[in-house]
Amino acid sequence: MKIVVAIKQVPSRDSQLKISSSGKWIEDADLTYEINEPDAYALESGLQLREKTGGEVIVICAGPAGASQTIREALAKGADRAIHIETGDYSSSDPLALARIMAKALESEKPDLLLTGLQSDDLGYGQTGVILAEVLGLPHVTLVMNIETEGAGIRVKRELEDGWFQNIDVPLPALLTIQSGATKLRYATLMGIKKAKTKEVKQLRAADLDAGAAATIRLEKIYIPGKTKKSQIFDGPAKESAAKLIEKLRFEARVI
Amino acid sequence: MSGVLAVLEQREGRLHKMALEALAAAQQIGAALGEPVYAAIIGGAAEALAGYKLAKVYAISHDLLKEYTPDGYTLALKQLIAAHQPKFVFFPHTYQVRDFAPKLATALGRVLISDVVGHRIDGNALVLVRQLFQGKINADVRFEGEPPYFASIQAGAFRADSLEAGSAEVEAVTPAIDAAQIRTKPLELYRESQRAVDLTVAEIIVSVGRGIREADNIPIVQALADAFHGELAASRPICDNGWLPMERQVGSSGQTVAPKMYLAVGISGAIQHLVGMKGSKTIVAINKDPEAPIFEVADYGIVGDLFEVVPALVDELKKLG
Repeated sequence: MKIVVAIKQVPSRDSQLKISSSGKWIEDADLTYEINEPDAYALESGLQLREKTGGEVIVICAGPAGASQTIREALAKGADRAIHIETGDYSSSDPLALARIMAKALESEKPDLLLTGLQSDDLGYGQTGVILAEVLGLPHVTLVMNIETEGAGIRVKRELEDGWFQNIDVPLPALLTIQSGATKLRYATLMGIKKAKTKEVKQLRAADLDAGAAATIRLEKIYIPGKTKKSQIFDGPAKESAAKLIEKLRFEARVI
Repeated sequence: MSGVLAVLEQREGRLHKMALEALAAAQQIGAALGEPVYAAIIGGAAEALAGYKLAKVYAISHDLLKEYTPDGYTLALKQLIAAHQPKFVFFPHTYQVRDFAPKLATALGRVLISDVVGHRIDGNALVLVRQLFQGKINADVRFEGEPPYFASIQAGAFRADSLEAGSAEVEAVTPAIDAAQIRTKPLELYRESQRAVDLTVAEIIVSVGRGIREADNIPIVQALADAFHGELAASRPICDNGWLPMERQVGSSGQTVAPKMYLAVGISGAIQHLVGMKGSKTIVAINKDPEAPIFEVADYGIVGDLFEVVPALVDELKKLG
């Protein structure tokens, strides 16, 4: 099976974020980055499926030049080759425009299956996979926990709300967005890291693939959210803070 | 194009718990912008909407819509939008909406503004607020170009008790759908196991997140839950790692709770977690990052290392006997 996995690079989870002077994006120069965690699960699902069915796993990543680090890590974990679409920062990133660019980059690939994470940890639209499926004219299933081959197609397990699940039969080609936590993530081996250095990374530029359709939404500004509640915060030594909190819970909130 | 259309969700004839909040969003924004408000629902529960102040309720039904599929729902709603040309289309931000609404918007060349937590009206324009970076940052987003404009409303952004009552005409709508247009085949619904824990009845919940670092540290927080005579719960990553069973998960993919006290230990407070617990009467947060979004909803907070703070709290509670 020919499997394409879309991955994104995002600031590390514990990053201290500052708003840039434009007010439209964060100060990104000094941040450290990692693979968007939901995409790591998409990659893992793709690698596991290849181990069962054979074929190849191609990662596609739209992002700035620095995203090459995340692409190398995906190759070290076992992806066969990669496509890097170089973009600017994500502040002007319209998920539909990006999906159209990715669709264009994938034109010659004709994959059987496309996988994405369920959402990104930075912009968090949670839409790129579904939009890409529609742009490519493919059926999709979101929040997939498990994939089995079933005749000429696949049977997937989809997570619903309130602890429910549903199995869904899907013809190929198709696109799935993968739920986090569905499986254990692998680490790159030393051999994998070594091999990754020689694997193909096709370099494309977003500007060359963009048909230039006008954006339909605009990120006007970003800001640190104001507090909705008046909180009492204790930040002294642990013992002192603990005593103050218990006092408040007993005599002010009266919950214990 | 005119009007605000709220596309709502039901299961087995009962409205989804977030449906009325999306309807409240449509009513409030419709009133502010001077637009009439319509509701649409696929497959039942239209009568439940007829008692609200709405220009009309569209009750969409078709044999091929009995089971949800993204293809079927997109086809039906595309036809409704083409026929009535609403300016705005709002959805509750449910799992089902996340599955089909981006497809519907894309089919019409638009982008859905997903996961909306607030709004303001600027002159005649609507500005929607959504969260970035797991709730650490907010963004103001506007629609550009021509309508229809699509948005999905997160739980808790609008209050269902602010809905205006009225009497709305219900119009039955049967879209044209061919079986061959529906590509995915949904099979049976199931649950993995019976829930042994019902977090929704707990008065005190102590909940643990990524800050706990490893499974071997869970007993530290369990001790605090025991000292409070409360139930232990967790955010999604903890259950994903198998450190606690899924039934103890609080958040949009787990249980929604509203105890007397909710104490979040090492939980940063992404929106997916907050929607599951922000109705709690008293919220306490313990986190080493003073900027963690959980502090925005907390009544009380301790900024500090949970590995020092939690045992100190247990000691204090022991003193009380």
